[in-house]
Amino acid sequence: MTTAARAEDICASPPPQLVTMSGAINRALRDAMTADPDVVVFGEDVGTLGGVFRVTDGISRDFGQDRCFDTPLAEAGIVGFAVGMAMAGFRPVIEMQFDAFAYPAFEQIASHVAKMRNRTAGRINLPIVIRIPFAGGIGGVEHHCDSSEAYYAHTPGLKVVTPATVEDSYSLLREAINDPDPVVFMEPKRLYWSKGSIESVLAATKFASFGRAAVRREGTDVTLVAYGPSVEVALQAALAAEESGWSVEVVDLRTLVPLDDETMVASVRKTGRCVVVQEAQGFAGVGAEIAARVQERAFHSLHAPVLRVAGLDIPYPPPKLEHLHLPDVERVLDAIARLQWDDDTDTRFLPSDSKGGAT
Amino acid sequence: MPTPLEAASLTTDTSTALAQTASTDRSFARGLMPASMPVQFLDDLGHRVQVFNDDYPEPSSQQLVAAYRAMVIGRRFDIQATALAKQGRLAVYPPSRGQEACQIGSMLALSPDDWAFPTYRDSMALVTRGLDPVEILAVPHGTAHCGYDPRASRTAPQCTPLATQLVHAVGFASGEKRKGRPTVAMAFVGDGGTSEGDFHEALNFAAVFKAPVVFLVQNNKYAISVPISRQSVAPSLGYKGIGYGIASEQVDGNDAMAVLAVLNKAVAHARSGQGPVLVEAHTYRLDAHTNADDATRYRDSAEVEDWLRRDPIPRLEAWLRHKGLIDDAFVALVAHQGEAFAADVRERMAINLAVDPMSLFDNVFATPTPQLLEQRAMLEAELEAEEASR
Repeated sequence: MTTAARAEDICASPPPQLVTMSGAINRALRDAMTADPDVVVFGEDVGTLGGVFRVTDGISRDFGQDRCFDTPLAEAGIVGFAVGMAMAGFRPVIEMQFDAFAYPAFEQIASHVAKMRNRTAGRINLPIVIRIPFAGGIGGVEHHCDSSEAYYAHTPGLKVVTPATVEDSYSLLREAINDPDPVVFMEPKRLYWSKGSIESVLAATKFASFGRAAVRREGTDVTLVAYGPSVEVALQAALAAEESGWSVEVVDLRTLVPLDDETMVASVRKTGRCVVVQEAQGFAGVGAEIAARVQERAFHSLHAPVLRVAGLDIPYPPPKLEHLHLPDVERVLDAIARLQWDDDTDTRFLPSDSKGGAT
Repeated sequence: MPTPLEAASLTTDTSTALAQTASTDRSFARGLMPASMPVQFLDDLGHRVQVFNDDYPEPSSQQLVAAYRAMVIGRRFDIQATALAKQGRLAVYPPSRGQEACQIGSMLALSPDDWAFPTYRDSMALVTRGLDPVEILAVPHGTAHCGYDPRASRTAPQCTPLATQLVHAVGFASGEKRKGRPTVAMAFVGDGGTSEGDFHEALNFAAVFKAPVVFLVQNNKYAISVPISRQSVAPSLGYKGIGYGIASEQVDGNDAMAVLAVLNKAVAHARSGQGPVLVEAHTYRLDAHTNADDATRYRDSAEVEDWLRRDPIPRLEAWLRHKGLIDDAFVALVAHQGEAFAADVRERMAINLAVDPMSLFDNVFATPTPQLLEQRAMLEAELEAEEASR
């Protein structure tokens, strides 16, 4: 639950009903299917079982096998089938059971889903949503915890959405299903059981817009830029940093493509310092792109280099070691502490023989 | 002499009204099993034979004459495109000379409302469908990724990543069925493509969802340089359908009458709701993989000579002449139409089409992202500066 959601809980009267993120996504699918008969849901175990995370619970029963159905176990087949269904006029919402299980479908996603509008000069668009439960923190074994967002964000033609709150998981999914272009909708597994209210977004006439980051917490000293599962980590770090006297702003990107340069850069211009927090391995990741863009656009406002707090550059570790891999509050605080709050030289990256020798 | 436009419309005509209606007995006599030898109606010399063709009604005279004309025009187009590639007017061209019976038969078996999911080598089929040859050649011409309108022509973009479009055909056909439309999808793949995972996923999905798809494997014996013996040791690629529960067949792919007979039935079978069909057509790629390839590095000219004997065009011509369905005058007329068609392609390909540089940003998304708009402005400024410095 986010700080914002918590504040609403206190203010609202009577208290709003809380739902889990998986429940909110289920509701979004149902509402979209009710609103548009062309919306269909398919994938592995999404029918009778309701998905391994129960995200599609009861949808097949309530909407029928034609609208929500199980497919053979083949991810390239599922995505390719969705391409054809979209060409025939449907709006498929498909599930890749886990992040790493989507890799067999990568050719279909990169060569067809992402490019069809471009290849056909706009004559064929593919309104497909590819839902991918992603990232770790749930004690999952190998191949179940990858942060695969960079592969998709690096592929022109795909929109990449990473909700961090229950409210956004509903609103951004509705927007994704309405979008005329393909969307990779990445659901942070560890937040499936987080709770929040979706009453305000159910009542709203518009869903959350893509490319609009949200300032989840205001601050004046440093900006934390995060997305998906890392937003909660950033918020906790911001709370902890308060005790050390740092006022921390937290920007939740919400969508990686399109990216909201404006909001994050405006925040950094105000605070003068920036740390990017991502759970994915850091090398050549989304955080690297964000750091580059912030320094390109706000160099003269920066008092310190933009730092990254990311997962280690290792294959996702076994459950007993994942806590060492995942960025946590301590690592974020350490990074904040390195943001040149005094006039001391940062010797971290100097050659070892010149350390301490600088004048 | 017909104008190029008339020549083009002649081929359009062949692709429309002539699809054979469903045969009386739509199910396959051998169940899922393909014949143990390729189905054949005409031998190499065009004599009528009876090789496992009991299950298939003979195509109508009208369809056969149309096939002959389309094969002649298709081949002339193919030769012209190869020449354009050799002259450097096309970046590359993957020819299909020798595969005319498959290219033309597949299209004449379809109704106008059906869809085709072709590969990069199926340009002759697209000419037969009535697509503008200049639009077909837009890819190697370097002006677009797909020059024609897939919706208007009911033809998916020619696909380069092997076998990937087969799954699209299955999803599309399944979607059409769900929408209550009687559309059949003709999905093309080569022998090499049957080794790709998507081929197998497509067959399985099609079978499970009973999708109205006809998979046509043009086994032209080579995947670039790798011979079929290195691709598969199955008795026939047609056997690959059995394991998926798909009715399968193999046919002499250089016998236009046999290809039409089998595909007419396969299309009727799919349309009637009995599910997909897999057809392996045994044919041969007479030319190299593309103009950039040197086929002499991996095959003997004696092998090519042998396949020239089985050329599908003289074979059907001999039979049509024997039956009195065509004569010298008709053959001359069709040859003339082929020349006119090629002349039109030559003429129009000589024109250098300007491509709007700003179109680079048009169809990445329906609405460009702010980042794309920045890059668009950058390119615009570069081009303006270039213009100003001239």
